[in-house]
Amino acid sequence: MNYLARRLMTFPLVMLGVSVLVFVSIRLVPGDAITAMLGTEAGLLTPDQRAALEAYFGIDQGWFTQYWRWLAGAVQGDLGVSVTFGKPVLDVILERFPLTLELALLSMVIALAIGLPAGIFAATRNEKPSDLAVRIFAMIGQSTPNFVFALLAIYVLSVGFGVLPAMGEFTPFLENPLRNLGQMILPALTLGFAFAAAVTRISRSAMLDILSDDYIRTARAKGVPARKVIWRHALPNALIPVVTLSGVEFGYLLGGTVIVEQIFALPGLGRMVLDAILQRDYALVQGSVLFIALNFMIVNLLVDLAYAMLDPRIRLGAK
Amino acid sequence: MGQSLMKKFATSVAFAAALGAATAAVPASAETLRMAWSQDATGLDPHKQTAFSSLRLLELVYEPLVRLNADLEIIPAIAESWEFSEDGKTLTFKLDADAKFQNGEKVTPADVKASFERVLDEATGAAARANFTSIESIDTPDETTVVFNLSQPDVPMLTAMTSINAAVVPASEIEAGTIGTKAIGSGPFKLDSWEPNQKEVLSANPDWAGGEVKVDGINISVLPDETAILAALRTKQVDFALINDPLVATLVPNEASLELSRTPVLAYHVLQLNPSREPMTELAVRQAISCAIDRQDVLDTALLGEGAVTGPLTMPAYRSDPGALFCYERDVEKAKQLMADAGYEDGFSATVIAATGEPPTAAAEAQVIQSQLAEIGIKLDIKMMELNVYVDTWLKGDFDMAVALNGGRADPYSMYNRYWTKDGNLQHVANYIDDTLDSLMQEGRVETDFDKRKEIFAKFETHLAEVSPWIWLYTGYTYTAQQKNVKGFVPSPTGTLFGLTEVSVGE
Repeated sequence: MNYLARRLMTFPLVMLGVSVLVFVSIRLVPGDAITAMLGTEAGLLTPDQRAALEAYFGIDQGWFTQYWRWLAGAVQGDLGVSVTFGKPVLDVILERFPLTLELALLSMVIALAIGLPAGIFAATRNEKPSDLAVRIFAMIGQSTPNFVFALLAIYVLSVGFGVLPAMGEFTPFLENPLRNLGQMILPALTLGFAFAAAVTRISRSAMLDILSDDYIRTARAKGVPARKVIWRHALPNALIPVVTLSGVEFGYLLGGTVIVEQIFALPGLGRMVLDAILQRDYALVQGSVLFIALNFMIVNLLVDLAYAMLDPRIRLGAK
Repeated sequence: MGQSLMKKFATSVAFAAALGAATAAVPASAETLRMAWSQDATGLDPHKQTAFSSLRLLELVYEPLVRLNADLEIIPAIAESWEFSEDGKTLTFKLDADAKFQNGEKVTPADVKASFERVLDEATGAAARANFTSIESIDTPDETTVVFNLSQPDVPMLTAMTSINAAVVPASEIEAGTIGTKAIGSGPFKLDSWEPNQKEVLSANPDWAGGEVKVDGINISVLPDETAILAALRTKQVDFALINDPLVATLVPNEASLELSRTPVLAYHVLQLNPSREPMTELAVRQAISCAIDRQDVLDTALLGEGAVTGPLTMPAYRSDPGALFCYERDVEKAKQLMADAGYEDGFSATVIAATGEPPTAAAEAQVIQSQLAEIGIKLDIKMMELNVYVDTWLKGDFDMAVALNGGRADPYSMYNRYWTKDGNLQHVANYIDDTLDSLMQEGRVETDFDKRKEIFAKFETHLAEVSPWIWLYTGYTYTAQQKNVKGFVPSPTGTLFGLTEVSVGE
């Protein structure tokens, strides 16, 4: 637990670093909320008009003052108000997060349900035609950009079958689970397939490594059935790299998936951050990047804790 | 392995069932128009918004004093009638006595006065303010009359008043500081809810003085990817959609149940040269560029021919045959000669900036121009920029050349005074001062006779094309796609969706 406390103590430091980085970088990009709103018409503003709008958007003060004001609020849980939504940043983020979380979980379930068995299967048939088939499939899955998959799926469904999950009017899971899953299935499959391909490849190679270990040979020599060798003796150890990969991937997915959300018109975090950047909604960009960073740290921590559970030899925090 | 295969099979069956249920659950509504667009409005303050989608949304909720019909003629909106005085220095409006805001209050001359004072107040930050600076004072002599006293005759101002940027908003809302958070207009639809970048819900306003709206309401969905909009149209999830990308629009007619309408727009595609930078300072070099570009070829290649080659004046009433303008027939020999005259027979290198996705064809346009200019030895380096970065760079005039899609106006003076008069707000972007252009603009501003104005602006256009600070290319279309059972929509060159007031959704 000492380890957990120490890890948690690093969180505020990392967050502070992230906040400075995002604060500075979004302001270094040319353009501001005024050019985002008015486009080239912003050139028609008189200096007084411009000053009035800068005050309105809260960008009339120096960077340091702006940052200080924002930080003071953020420490107390007030991430400021989004100028595009006219709502507190935290509210906007929390409205979008359930969808992103659901999409990430669904994709991970799909990825593990396909990838893990496929990887193990391929490892046990090493260099046989069936192994090769799995590997080719995985290669295709990993190298197909997800927008290609997404657009192809939409095209085939709408032109070939004349059906398409309702787009634009997103239904939350708790409101109507069936309709919600209907809307989520294509995006989840799109993300899940590429993810599954990665899981397949890494679990195959991890499994191959483990299967050549001495303790597996010993187990086999003792007459343990092949099935049991794989599932009981080899799998737990082979899972470590899979957990690492899934953790990183899951962390990314929690940050939102811009392209997939864009194509399927899902109101998730990724699209929200993209729109916030394009419209130079500084408070929303800062708040959401911070939120995403926090998620990533939590996922990483969980991954490290999972190592210790999978392999008792790993002592967290030991020198 | 059997176990996992079973699992896979079971999940796919479950998903397929969910998918089927989801599609079946979409109600076939006949009364509410389901609309989609890819870019959402960016705000609700009619005086501050200039983004295309914001204007289109707000035009359904708010009303100006007068509006333009599909032929760009000025017709009544809140004002029933209007009149310029003999000397052109007072403009009097009679308001429609039935006009009512959506909060139930009548639209009064005091609301008109407060609205224009808000636009003129520098603290508002209204982009259209520059169009109304001739207003000296506003009088409200009785219940239905508003008088604008002007410092000088200003004919284009009436056209500028048709913009939703000159919308009449309730004085009480200005007082309360709620313009931009609540949308209370006098227009045909009420905005019931808005979730930015997701959807808008509009309902018909039964008290609208302009007549009766034929649908109960409009639900607008934001589908950021236009290919997805096309798919939603195909599967009848959407009745009506706005499309920007010509590449997507041209696919619509392939579907038997869909209709596409194209309307030429006032906005023009242009290659802006920067005449303050070497060697574009040389008239001959600019003219050589004009002669070396095959406008029709750029249009055919980048836009699939979806548009029409144009000179500077894009409004139907002033548009002329572009073939008569300087070097609108491509002439590479002449271009090479001009380059040699200017001492650049070996060509030169320059950078052209373009915005990613705005217009969707920007990159393709830049590439075609790059290859055409290569023939006379000009080596173009294309720099694609995110829209905001582009706008920032453009406003600073910090480019050699820029591929641009600039907005048009129904009046040539309002459209171009910002660039081609000596005190134009964007003179520093155009970077080109020309006495002839300036004086023709001033003449056009005060001339009230249409035929004489047309003559003045024709001269203006011919001269502008000849001195070639910019190379005007073509105008494109605005596209709307709809199911065949959607009847009655009349598109307009301004891009307005006001025509939706006449739309009905049949079986």
